[in-house]
Amino acid sequence: MNRLKNSPLALTVLAAVLALVFAVAVTAVVLSASGFDPLSTFQAMLDFGTKPDSVANTLNRASTYYLAAIAVAIGFRMNLFNIGVDGQYRLAAMLAAAAGGAIALPPVLHQAMIIIVAMLVGGLWAGIAGVLKVTRGVSEVISTIMLNFIATGVIAVLLQKGRLGHQVAGSDNIGTKTIAPSGRVAGIPYPGANLQVFGLIFLAVAVGVVFHVVVNRTRFGFDLRATGLSATAASAGGVNARRMVVTAMLLSGAAAGLIGMPQLLGASYTYGLDFPTGLGFTGIGIALLGRNHPVGIAFAALLWSFLDQSSQILQFNDIPKEIVAITQAAVLLSVVVVYEIVRRLGLRWQQQTVAAELAERGPAGTKEVAA
Amino acid sequence: MRRALKISLVTVTGAALTLSASACGGKKADSGDGGDTKKTIKVGLAYDIGGRGDKSFNDAAYEGLQQAKKTLNVDVKDLEATKGESDNDKQQRLDLLASSGYNPVVAVGFAYAGPLGKVAAKYPNTKFAIVDDSSVKAANVTNLLFAANQGSYLVGAAAALKSKSGTVGFLGGVDTPLIKSFEAGYTAGAKKANPKIKVDVKYISRGTDFSGFSDPAKGKTIAEGQYDAGADVIYHAAGASGNGLFDAAIEKKKFAIGVDSDQYLTAKPAAQPYIVTSMLKRVDTAVFNFVEDASKGTTKAGEQTFDLKNDGIGYAVSNPEAIKDVQAKLDELKKQIIDGTITVPNS
Repeated sequence: MNRLKNSPLALTVLAAVLALVFAVAVTAVVLSASGFDPLSTFQAMLDFGTKPDSVANTLNRASTYYLAAIAVAIGFRMNLFNIGVDGQYRLAAMLAAAAGGAIALPPVLHQAMIIIVAMLVGGLWAGIAGVLKVTRGVSEVISTIMLNFIATGVIAVLLQKGRLGHQVAGSDNIGTKTIAPSGRVAGIPYPGANLQVFGLIFLAVAVGVVFHVVVNRTRFGFDLRATGLSATAASAGGVNARRMVVTAMLLSGAAAGLIGMPQLLGASYTYGLDFPTGLGFTGIGIALLGRNHPVGIAFAALLWSFLDQSSQILQFNDIPKEIVAITQAAVLLSVVVVYEIVRRLGLRWQQQTVAAELAERGPAGTKEVAA
Repeated sequence: MRRALKISLVTVTGAALTLSASACGGKKADSGDGGDTKKTIKVGLAYDIGGRGDKSFNDAAYEGLQQAKKTLNVDVKDLEATKGESDNDKQQRLDLLASSGYNPVVAVGFAYAGPLGKVAAKYPNTKFAIVDDSSVKAANVTNLLFAANQGSYLVGAAAALKSKSGTVGFLGGVDTPLIKSFEAGYTAGAKKANPKIKVDVKYISRGTDFSGFSDPAKGKTIAEGQYDAGADVIYHAAGASGNGLFDAAIEKKKFAIGVDSDQYLTAKPAAQPYIVTSMLKRVDTAVFNFVEDASKGTTKAGEQTFDLKNDGIGYAVSNPEAIKDVQAKLDELKKQIIDGTITVPNS
């Protein structure tokens, strides 16, 4: 108990586990109330979720979720609420796919070009919100939501025949020109699975490491965190708050641009009507769950992805798959509450410890203060 | 604080355990291996986004499945897609059905094309069908295609003939190539019946935003706008959003045309007088026939086109009061399309 008191990390882990247990309990109640047996349901989810194909797909999904959550977390660390990650990654993925399909380069260069285009597009799109905020005082919450809609519109306009859209014969899909093999990223075989793990899962890992190093080990990261904690204090300390806002939005957007890359270069090779949408919003929940910490987000992304994956078996058993949405919502809600409770408990323990130490010293301490 | 937390946790967990214990007689879930084998044929069906309950395209597929369940005594399983999912999820869904012994397996919608290609190669002994796609070719894949532009042509003519204002409306869900072929047929049919007709084309959403197929509120708003702008007959190709069109038709007391299923039959009574007809895209027939063929082992790989000629496409006459005065003209056009005198444009 004593060690627990002194370790914030252990407290965080404890909080997360408590939240998960609570969420599972809520799910069990909902399942029972709807006339399903919770134990066999959880068993089925676990069995299905641990099949080789499911593990591969869980990892794939988690890698995109992870990138999405990091993009959101960069903003959060600065107290910026970038809700526009969704539009940023979709627009970035589409234009990067179009560029990758139009220009053929030797391997490595080709992939690098596509990824750089995606980061530029994502960054610039988010940068619009940053510039609006510092020059016109527009809340980034509003502007990024609006930019999501505009991104959807821009994609709709560009993804037409005669523009960036190409229609495969016999298909009702429409997508950008397929990226040549030189621009693709090979998958990693997973033992026993038909599906391959996205090669760009390493990109997600690298982004997490860079995020950690930049935020915790650089001057820029310090300024970022300081501005996030108190903009006025940071300004007084010589931080250019306006520049920080724009830079943070650019970086958040650039990270958002990467979200679509594992899917685009690892499986789709084209941005079509069936490209995954809504990942940016999932990222917000995962960033919250992972407390904006690169390791926390990794666990959160894996958990979320596992729940999404294992939910597929529910319908197969005639259980509504929305049950899993309840679990996810319960995790998210309870984790916020539990983190707060744990924070207050930690504070109280700290105060008690200090008080006890003071009491031990007794009158001597009082004298010192008096003197 | 600490005690309160502990107590509440214990209470919640306790309640959960009690409930789960009391529900032990409830349905058991399994993880997809095996399953019961008392019926010989198990039919799997996978929907695209939108899923069941759209009273239109997906429900038509469901209808065919239910019919097969009743008359052919087969086991059925239908799975829905999740919003924002990737090809891998679709592939795994088909794989789950095939690996659990479901044969045949029907994939509804073009988005399954890529995933189906991979799964069909892995399960050569399972028969697959895909609706609205002819890009996947394999020895065990049947492509169920519909000449929806032909049916749209006929209802376009019906709209123009019923219109007094000289303006008819088209309400598309999403501007995908598929829905654009509905629009092309409709416009051509309307112009054929009345060369001076004005066609007011609106889409609910565009591009990759598929919300237009499942947003009745927005469908209603747009339809109201079209009626206010002068249209007095509106045809929708918008899945579940079309229900918004019918609500608008009731309010404005103007005509509407349904799509895919005979929507006169499923609409609320207040809307029925305003539903002139529906463009019938017999996904139900296609699914049923395919399942029947599979049960006899006579499925044919490759394209199977449903059009006016084989009654896979048509228009509904369930509201005789509204349709009877134009029916003769429509049947004449239908004959001309079948014998090739009229070629209906596709885009």
